Amino acid sequence: MTPRRKRLLAVLGILVGVGAAAALATLAFEDNLLYFYNPSQVLAGDAPQGRTFRIGGMVTDGSLERTEGTLEVRFVVTDYRNSIPVRYEGLLPDLFREGQGMIAHGRMGTGGEFVADEVLAKHDENYMPPEVAESLHDPQPARVAE
Amino acid sequence: MIPELGHFALILALLLSTAQAFFSFGGAARGTEPWMAAGRTAVVGQFVFIALAFGALAWSFVERDFSVLYVASNSHSELPLFYRIAAVWGAHEGSLLLWSLILAGWTLAVTAASSSLDAPFRSRVLGFLGLISIGFQLFMLGTSNPFTRLMPAAAEGLDLNPLLQDFALAVHPPILYLGYVGFSVAFAFACATLFEGRLDAAWARWTRPWTLVAWLFLTIGIALGSWWAYYELGWGGWWFWDAVENASFMPWLAGTALIHSLAVTEKRGLFKSWTLLLAISAFSLSLLGTFLVRSGVLISVHAFATDPERGIFILAFLTVVVGGSLLMYAWRAPRLKSSAGFEVTSRESFMLFNNALVVTALSLILLGTLYPLFMDALELGKVSVGPPYFNLVFLVPMLPLLALLGVGMHAAWKRGLLAAMRTRLYAVAGASVAASAIIGAAAYGEVRPMTTIGFALAIWVMLSSLLVPLVRLRSRQRLPAAVLGMVFAHFGVGLATLGITGVESFKVEKDFALGIGDGVTIAGYDFKYAALRDVRGPNYNGVEADVVVSRRGEPVAVLKPQKRHYNSGGNPLSEAGIEVGAARDLFAALGDDLGQGRWSFRLQYKPLIRFVWLGAILVALGGLFAALDHRYRRRVTAEVRDAAAAALP
Amino acid sequence: MKLSLRFLVPAILFAALAAVLAIGLRHDPNRLPSALIGKPAPSFSLESLGDPAWKVGSSDLAGQTWVLNVWGTWCPPCREEHPTLVAIASENRVPMMGLNWRDDRTLAMRWLAQLGNPYVSVAYDPEGRTAIDWGVTGAPETFLIDANGIVVRKYVGPMTMDIWQKEFVPLLPAGGAGR
Repeated sequence: MTPRRKRLLAVLGILVGVGAAAALATLAFEDNLLYFYNPSQVLAGDAPQGRTFRIGGMVTDGSLERTEGTLEVRFVVTDYRNSIPVRYEGLLPDLFREGQGMIAHGRMGTGGEFVADEVLAKHDENYMPPEVAESLHDPQPARVAE
Repeated sequence: MIPELGHFALILALLLSTAQAFFSFGGAARGTEPWMAAGRTAVVGQFVFIALAFGALAWSFVERDFSVLYVASNSHSELPLFYRIAAVWGAHEGSLLLWSLILAGWTLAVTAASSSLDAPFRSRVLGFLGLISIGFQLFMLGTSNPFTRLMPAAAEGLDLNPLLQDFALAVHPPILYLGYVGFSVAFAFACATLFEGRLDAAWARWTRPWTLVAWLFLTIGIALGSWWAYYELGWGGWWFWDAVENASFMPWLAGTALIHSLAVTEKRGLFKSWTLLLAISAFSLSLLGTFLVRSGVLISVHAFATDPERGIFILAFLTVVVGGSLLMYAWRAPRLKSSAGFEVTSRESFMLFNNALVVTALSLILLGTLYPLFMDALELGKVSVGPPYFNLVFLVPMLPLLALLGVGMHAAWKRGLLAAMRTRLYAVAGASVAASAIIGAAAYGEVRPMTTIGFALAIWVMLSSLLVPLVRLRSRQRLPAAVLGMVFAHFGVGLATLGITGVESFKVEKDFALGIGDGVTIAGYDFKYAALRDVRGPNYNGVEADVVVSRRGEPVAVLKPQKRHYNSGGNPLSEAGIEVGAARDLFAALGDDLGQGRWSFRLQYKPLIRFVWLGAILVALGGLFAALDHRYRRRVTAEVRDAAAAALP
Repeated sequence: MKLSLRFLVPAILFAALAAVLAIGLRHDPNRLPSALIGKPAPSFSLESLGDPAWKVGSSDLAGQTWVLNVWGTWCPPCREEHPTLVAIASENRVPMMGLNWRDDRTLAMRWLAQLGNPYVSVAYDPEGRTAIDWGVTGAPETFLIDANGIVVRKYVGPMTMDIWQKEFVPLLPAGGAGR
């Protein structure tokens, strides 16, 4: 095989490889991109219906309830402007607490409540997940008349 | 007093790093031996003073000196001695000091072992290492000083994060850093080579053992992190494609491609510019990983903004180091063409496939890790990329890689696969597929396509690896350490693949609400919640449950999961109860008191999971054997000394 | 010095990444200073919230450990944390100064009258210049300053008793309030 043919083959190989990789990436991205919304955005209708997404905010103090003797828990997630009730069945992570930030993964159920299939906790000592902190922390606050 | 001395030692270390860089580069440029010697002396000095600074910080922790802000923020009077020491690298400032110490250590080792290198080249390598040292020490002294005082001293410390009060996670950073920082040696060699415009491949032979050692530490570090996550954190999960994990996995992938590429460059002088690029990439990814994890920017781009001083420094440092080396690459690489040929089935070819597939996987993982960053920076919303993406983009290149791996090990340089070998390999391939189907059916009762493929590839790689020493010994060839290393490492890859296929195909994980005496059955094992008691530890108290496991009436184990409250306050922590076995792990984690006398439990059956880490250990062991090969110690010295002698006027 | 185009690709890709990271650094055009931990507390002297003729400043509490809390009536999390601040103040362990940020004086005073006043004094910062000096990016934020005037802790977000106990109390000097 002449050196020129070899080079052509190499270039072709690279193009095919890159094309395949790009196709793979595109395929993999579909359905595996999760968007994050805070309660206000969810109530405003920004979050997708019928698809999973992530919701985050502060767990309202005193809102954690268990159905006695079962794995089912309910609590309220808030961004201090709006709140959404969350329902989850399973073990809550160690770092989950009332009055602290949390992120849940799941979808909106019937009746305006968020049905979580996973409640996430970060393995560091920050109580406020950065996405939550950002959504709570508005440098240009709107004046709220008392 | 001691903290101030530590601070002073750090300043001296910075001065010595500067001297190291200045005299090394200056000496090389001017050809003056006294200057180059001064550079080497500065290396020793830098190491001594960084070690003193580290010692001062460690002392402050051991003596519970809460007048040092960093100590007060990360320690506690009741913290056991081992963890007081581990707390030194428990947070940002201390881990930078650890990084700097390890870098000084590697630099010292390179200085000691490189006396047969061409003197200006050796100096330039030390010079580049010096520049990196300067960067880290400036960063510490400028923005992240571990010795800042707290006046008046705190009455009590804030304690080390309970998650970090664990043996595996205590030793995880030093081992990981030995790997990360070790790649700086290959990086420095690559930069020196590019700077001098060297066209030969001698640097590849020099770099290879250093890179192997760094890579093997990184392998152990990653395996350690995965193992820790399994029993401590992830409720039985062992890999999450978390940004933090990816930050260490990406340099590992680059390192894997690098050690294979170095083999080709060393042996046949091919792929020179590509290998240089890989050397730069491996270290760049290490730097990127450390900083991005520490600064939180992987989760939110604006994390930089809450601490702009540190953010600006990190960005500037990355730009200088990575950008600078890539520009040098662009400048010199075009002249590094080589025209040796090789057959399609030759070893070179297989190394090329290895590189192509590994780098493809690496690029796609990098894309997935950085994608949220890009979206956030462009204000297109807050996204996260889920594990299914990473699983897919990693799996797809790995399937052909594993298949080719089995063949590539037997391919000769330049010529390719011999006919006799082909026959043997067909036989092994057939045996692998058969064995895979049998295992699936017999051990787990089902034969699934992906599982069969996974098992088949795993067994294929393992058998093919074993074939290497068999063939060699039968034809009375020697088995050098490098080949033994390859066998161990590839066998380890196969074993890990076996474990991964097994656990992901057949694992069972479920949550239950149980009262005392209640039982459930998972994968043929009966789990019964038998008792609950109070427990107490050195700095915590809590409850412990007994979960009795039996199979077909025969007792198997008693798992003892705990829920602990640490005295320093904070969230309660779950400690899982695990029964370790070669064929499977049984796992129980305690959740919460549900009322009515019931507690929540997460119970798991994890087949073959131990093989994942055992495989990783074998991979690291293989790297060690390869690095210790005599070829590197004797031949290199003689050859290079001869070349240096010939080059003298 | 010939820079072949093909070999520049890695450098170009890296430049794009660096650009994205640099975007993360942008925030207020006034270039906010760093997180201040370990640095001297920026000095200020502002009008007191209650009486414009009276001055309140960082030097008032010099020589002892003290707390600065940044708040505004427009900020819902500030409303959430207020009872906690009142409870902390009632323990009398450390003096707390308020920094009323970009707010309406009358509304702020009414808020304190209705909800309780945990502060020994409140500085009025309607333009936000002092807040910028302190690196404040939003409210509420709480700072702990030691007797040497060095900022040793900063907490971003609504204060809770738990965070107070865990992150601030251990750094207070042993025994008594202030000194």
